[in-house]
Amino acid sequence: MKIAVIVFPGSNCDRDMYHAAKDGLGANAELVWYEGANLANYDAILLPGGFSYGDYLRSGAIASTSDIVTQLKIQADKGTPILGVCNGFQILLESGLLPGAMLRNKNLKFMCHFEDLVVENNQTMFTTRYKEKEVISLPIAHGEGNYYCDETTLALLKANNQIAFTYANNPNGSFENIAGIVNQDGNVLGMMPHPERAVEALLGCDDGLKLFKSMLENWREAYVAGA
Amino acid sequence: MLQAPEITPELIEQDKVYHEMGLTDQEYQSVKKILGRRPNFTEIGIFSVMWSEHCSYKTSKPLLRKFPTEGPQVIQGPGEGAGVVDIGDGQAVVFKVESHNHPSAVEPYQGAATGVGGIIRDIFSMGARPIAVLNSLRFGNLTSGRVKYLLEEIVHGIAGYGNCVGVPTVGGEIQFDACYEGNPLVNAMCVGIIDQKDMQKGIAAGIGNTVLYVGSKTGRDGIHGATFASEDLTEDSESRRSNVQVGDPFMEKLLIEACLEVIHSEHLVGMQDMGAAGLTSSASEMASKAGTGMEMNLDLIPQREQGMTAYEMMLSESQERMLLVVKQGHEQEIIDVFEKYGLEAVAVGHVIEEKQFRLLHKGEVVTDIPVDSLAEDAPVYHKPSKVPAYFEIFQQMEEYEPNVTDPGEMLRTLLQQPTIASKEYVYDQYDSMVQTNTVLAPGSDAAVLRVRGFDKALAMTTDCNSRYIYLDPETGGKIAVAEAARNIVCSGAKPLALTDGLNFGNPDKPENFWQMEKSVDGMSAASLRLNTPVISGNVSLYNESNGQAIFPTPIVGMVGLHDSLEHITTSFFKNEGDLIYLIGETKPEFGGSELQNVLEGKYFGKAPMIDLEVEATRQEALLTAIQTGLVVSAHDLAEGGLAVALAESLFSQLSFGCAVEVTGDNTTALFSETQSRFLVSVKKENQAQFEQIIKDATVIGNVTNTGQLIVKNDNQFVIKEEVAYIQALWKGALPCLLKSKA
Repeated sequence: MKIAVIVFPGSNCDRDMYHAAKDGLGANAELVWYEGANLANYDAILLPGGFSYGDYLRSGAIASTSDIVTQLKIQADKGTPILGVCNGFQILLESGLLPGAMLRNKNLKFMCHFEDLVVENNQTMFTTRYKEKEVISLPIAHGEGNYYCDETTLALLKANNQIAFTYANNPNGSFENIAGIVNQDGNVLGMMPHPERAVEALLGCDDGLKLFKSMLENWREAYVAGA
Repeated sequence: MLQAPEITPELIEQDKVYHEMGLTDQEYQSVKKILGRRPNFTEIGIFSVMWSEHCSYKTSKPLLRKFPTEGPQVIQGPGEGAGVVDIGDGQAVVFKVESHNHPSAVEPYQGAATGVGGIIRDIFSMGARPIAVLNSLRFGNLTSGRVKYLLEEIVHGIAGYGNCVGVPTVGGEIQFDACYEGNPLVNAMCVGIIDQKDMQKGIAAGIGNTVLYVGSKTGRDGIHGATFASEDLTEDSESRRSNVQVGDPFMEKLLIEACLEVIHSEHLVGMQDMGAAGLTSSASEMASKAGTGMEMNLDLIPQREQGMTAYEMMLSESQERMLLVVKQGHEQEIIDVFEKYGLEAVAVGHVIEEKQFRLLHKGEVVTDIPVDSLAEDAPVYHKPSKVPAYFEIFQQMEEYEPNVTDPGEMLRTLLQQPTIASKEYVYDQYDSMVQTNTVLAPGSDAAVLRVRGFDKALAMTTDCNSRYIYLDPETGGKIAVAEAARNIVCSGAKPLALTDGLNFGNPDKPENFWQMEKSVDGMSAASLRLNTPVISGNVSLYNESNGQAIFPTPIVGMVGLHDSLEHITTSFFKNEGDLIYLIGETKPEFGGSELQNVLEGKYFGKAPMIDLEVEATRQEALLTAIQTGLVVSAHDLAEGGLAVALAESLFSQLSFGCAVEVTGDNTTALFSETQSRFLVSVKKENQAQFEQIIKDATVIGNVTNTGQLIVKNDNQFVIKEEVAYIQALWKGALPCLLKSKA
């Protein structure tokens, strides 16, 4: 599996994501600068966290207008696995690949610590290694992670089983405790918590590794089936 | 605002315009002598910032020379952007601490943010990747609305900058005392890692080579910031808000990545950040160090505003700017790298043979100064020193021996003192994990980061108990270094070296200068004995508000090395049944203690004594025990003594408790702050082997599963507290104090 980790100006979890994919998962991962890349060359695309364009205008807003996001939409339609974490999630929301928006945390402060998450849907290509309703621990690190959508969108998310993760103890005010959602086809996952920060026991917890492993296994099955 | 064009060299001398810039008559005469003529407005401005205390260390230099700065591990001592220490495998650790006190006092968010930005630039300008930031903060008591505002905004500023730039904020400390009310301290330390072969220096070598200006445009912000940092804070300081720079962490992030890409180019000769005194200091220092001169055309400097004068450009402290010297003819290759990141890189001058600092503006030579005179000919003052009356009184006092009737209640009170209480409210706002190397995050004695790809890790801490230093600067100075080293050793690492952030009052007052002298003596003695040379640092003087000096606060930032990831140790008890040891004997020492603060509301008497031989021997023995795998947890005893250390060791898994037996006077046993003591837990089966390595360790109890902290003396309960309850008090204290109405 060839994985692209997209680097925007201001991305700062790009190397963490790269190491999670390369050292944690053992996949062939590459840091891909946002200009001049061809996303069709990759089997999976990871949008890392950070502060693309310094969070100017709105988190993820400027990055979502870049050419690479146009390519990203094409890959999303093709069924390529796409994972956006933190600022990556914000970019997916701003670009319309996922529904909803982010508000500032309800206490108006940045927060960074481990949070318990509930795996709400273990049938997505990113979550099959988890048990349904399994409680896992992942770090959060954000100032604008308070997920919001309208009631109609929420009904759709629920009807399509698009809510992948919820917070066990909602830290930021997210609507319906939502921590991560997938698109209707299930190949685009956006989440505020950082699975790439939890792939080694040395750093406190490796609950995030299963997410990357699920993605690899499901891609491989689909790939083998397709071939 | 000073206007350049009207002020002629004659007028500067006649009206003593240089006084406003912080130069004395004598210093003006020296400048005149160096130039052989009267300096013009731009030139005198340049001298005034380069000869300010902040840039020249003219007052502190004679003291700084006393610090031990050498050791087999030291690759680069003081003098460059930051110190560099060997960590094996061809790698080195680069670190430095810097203060941003005065800007933070008047504009806390930007003051703190740009403090972080500045110290990070010092690290990557050496070619190192910044891997961690620590902060040492001092505030007044949290009863004042202003202090609460300062804390909230300073923390917000550190978070706003550090989180965005992608360097984890992994540790630090915060203490509260009334003396910091009008003059908070904001010291930031940055640690970086470098392959030794990539080390850069800030030099302008090679006649004809090109000077490149990189990064943000130059604006009018921060003009005379270095001078502002070199005077007392007064009620008028509010008007200095325009002296405070404004930070852009996004720009800094781009600069980091571009500069770390450029260091691999063979065409890069030297690189330095524009910190205090901006373009003036970076350019003149680079030339001075290389034994060359520099000529720049100020018309080419990217400018944020129209009509900027030479004076304004040279004294601006606009943030996120770097100066590079590159080989002539290869400018474009370097410029291309910056362009990829959307950064401006402009050729603004070149290295010249003549050792002059020459600036052209609008076709005229506006500055022509012998370059060495700026960096090297700054005056050095040997200030008078005088033993303060308070010190003599304190030394003659009878021992202060308080008697606590309800130790359990006192423990609860101590845990809620802001200096001891959990700082989670603060560090939760910092991204402590980005870069995914953080093994031990804030809340530990020292932060620990693994070195990716190797079986080793770095421990880092900042420390300074200024109460002891106020009572007895020499003893307190020793303690500050020793305590930092204790934190490193408790985490399982060998202390390597330190950076000092010296924060003092106005050195023109002989009593203040005496405090400086004595603390430096104490720190030097401890650095020497503990093999932790001083490799970098910063001096911040004039920390006074309305005539009242802060406690002398020489902050120690220390880094240590774990030979193996196996040695990483935390302060938390981990297994029921483990033996709890206290290393070191306890004497009734309460001068400068948290207990004294609680009971008396002030500090007096003698500081706790420290014997550096005992300290060094114990630290070495404890490290050996840890490296041998005999130690489950290790914690140093600090503010609040044994009682607080026991509680802190339990604040991880609330199901644990402890049953401890003390002897003699309860107040002394539980709350004395005698130095060189450690609280350690050890598996029973390792008892004999542990005691063989550590001779002065006493078993005082064991870890239980009761969830209770129990201390007995002669079979009588002295303390019996529910761990969950006292932890809630400890955690809730700071948010509670911040929310309460002043």
